Amino acid sequence: MHAVNDVSLNIRAGEIYGLVGADGAGKTTTIRLLVGALKADAGDVKICGYDINKQTEQARSQFGYLSQRFSLYEDLTVLENIRFFAEVRGLKANEWLPRCMEILEFVGLEKFTDRKAGQLSGGMKQKLGLASALVTKPRVLLLDEPTTGVDPVTRQDFWQLVIKLVSSPLHLSPNLGNLGGRWRGGEGGVAVLISTPYMDEASRCHRVGFMKDGKLIAEDTPSNLRARLNRRILELRGSPLHLLRHVAHQDEDVEDVQAFGDRLHIRVGEGKAQGVLSRLKSKIRSAGGQVDELRPVPPVLEDVFIALSESK
Amino acid sequence: MNSRLLSIIRKEFIQIFRDTRTLVLILVIPIMQLFLLGYSATNDVRNVPLAVLDRSRSVESRALLDSYRAADYFRIAYAVDSETEIETLIMSGEARAAVIIPPDYAQRLADGNAQIAFILDGSDPTSASTALSAAQLIGQAHSTGILMQRFERSGMNLRVQPPVEVRTTVWFNPDLISAHFMIPGVIGMILYAIAAILTATSVVRERERGTIEQLIVTPIRPWELIVGKLMPYVLLGFFNTIEVLAVGHWWFGVPIRGDLGLIILLSGVFMVTGLGIGLLASTIANTQQEAMLTVWMTLLPSIFLSGFFFPLEAMPKILQWISYLMPLRYYLVIIRSLLLKGVGLDMIQLDVLAMTLFAVGIMTLAALRFRKRLD
Repeated sequence: MHAVNDVSLNIRAGEIYGLVGADGAGKTTTIRLLVGALKADAGDVKICGYDINKQTEQARSQFGYLSQRFSLYEDLTVLENIRFFAEVRGLKANEWLPRCMEILEFVGLEKFTDRKAGQLSGGMKQKLGLASALVTKPRVLLLDEPTTGVDPVTRQDFWQLVIKLVSSPLHLSPNLGNLGGRWRGGEGGVAVLISTPYMDEASRCHRVGFMKDGKLIAEDTPSNLRARLNRRILELRGSPLHLLRHVAHQDEDVEDVQAFGDRLHIRVGEGKAQGVLSRLKSKIRSAGGQVDELRPVPPVLEDVFIALSESK
Repeated sequence: MNSRLLSIIRKEFIQIFRDTRTLVLILVIPIMQLFLLGYSATNDVRNVPLAVLDRSRSVESRALLDSYRAADYFRIAYAVDSETEIETLIMSGEARAAVIIPPDYAQRLADGNAQIAFILDGSDPTSASTALSAAQLIGQAHSTGILMQRFERSGMNLRVQPPVEVRTTVWFNPDLISAHFMIPGVIGMILYAIAAILTATSVVRERERGTIEQLIVTPIRPWELIVGKLMPYVLLGFFNTIEVLAVGHWWFGVPIRGDLGLIILLSGVFMVTGLGIGLLASTIANTQQEAMLTVWMTLLPSIFLSGFFFPLEAMPKILQWISYLMPLRYYLVIIRSLLLKGVGLDMIQLDVLAMTLFAVGIMTLAALRFRKRLD
């Protein structure tokens, strides 16, 4: 048994790559393989040209990694935490303080340097985690479900940071810009790999990879992925919902029915939309239900995700 | 020095000084153990409460009792009127020994063959056997004294001597103070326990909180992580050694006859065993409690089969063999020899060799397992 099989990922500088998939699809395992926390039976991982298993140290100094559980030392202060990660990742005695302050300012924690990490709110902890991963100004950032279990406002904040990072890398002050010389923002910025179970987050990525059973089954831009289901999603509003769902399921051209709040998304087979549109209303009415609206809608990423999850 | 290593050490120290539980473990527990064992784990029998049934009530019987009173082994706690009372007192534990002087004691003493009965509570064999020999010795001394007086009174002016005199000299611990034997052992136990428990919990804590996941993807090399995590506990271990040694020396009067540098050096070697056990436990345990328990499971046989409390010579052969597997055994021989006998390295070289082998072996095994667990 392999948790992850035959996964090939290519992430470019300045790109946010979203890795999505159900729990247990192999997202975390993939990321742990990438950072060298696990060793693959076959295949290789190159980070900025360095092989993670052969040139481990060089490769590891190229990326920042935030594991699924925020792993900070709760008994250390914000500054002590980020200093520790700065130093073990090679920042010199005269470099770490200005760099840490710069990064803390970037994530908005500069006022909390002396607060213990254990006393931070969930969102602040997450920002500190991001700051620790960013402190060496890595060219690659690997984020393993950084927003799982985080409230929507905090998620929004976090994404703003990630987007800011990719578009205008750390808006460096000139005197700090060349410290260490690892940060090459001008050449297209950071490459970000983020795994997430949330489709709204996936749609913010430049490219998305869908994982299922340890395999990468689809990879494309969000719009191209959505285009796969063009003209195959119908939205149905009416009542009672359970009856609508039942009747829709009966139709031979309907592949799947999903509830989206007070409406249903009906996925139909390739080129079957017209047929379903013309007969479904009357079928529902004759079964005693009421149809308020039935129309084709542009697919959302969630539709694609569900379709891919069900595919063999 | 390597800056990554320094960062790990500094971080570890900050954590130690912020964690009250760890601080108590380091600062208070060793001294507490020392006082507890220094005072409680003693075989010295003093002031055994004695019940006296004096049926003779004569000058002679009072002289005998004075002899018992004079030695501080016994304290005449009760003067009773019947044997039933003696039974009650011993049953209830209020008296541990009783002496019965018959009504005709003075008369028979004059005739030359007086007898007294001495009863001991043998439920605690250790103190009873000491009290037993004390009771006999005091009695014999008393009767020798009476003999001498008689000779003198009878006008035989020759100096009377018992035909054989055993002149005993006790080396190293002339007053046979148990604390002098126990305290070096306490140093060994504390070094082992503190080093193992702190190492195990500090490594497991990183795994529990998930921080180790962040650490292994940094450029830190596994050996740096091991050394960086262990170093603070090595320093604390030395601190504990000196702390316990100082209190043992100035409070309990334990002599330090050997070379202090050698004592500290060999304590350091022994500490490596404790650190290794801790690191090993951390690779087995998933939670801090499990780690603690694992260490305790190795600590108990160590204490009982190392000669800490009970002499190895008195154990069945099989336990004696097992004791060779206890690193603490070698350290106890070494530290006791160094402190009490003041020997040099040449007298303890086999024990030093064995202890060093254990230290290196256990640490190597632990480091290998730790590395493997990281991958």
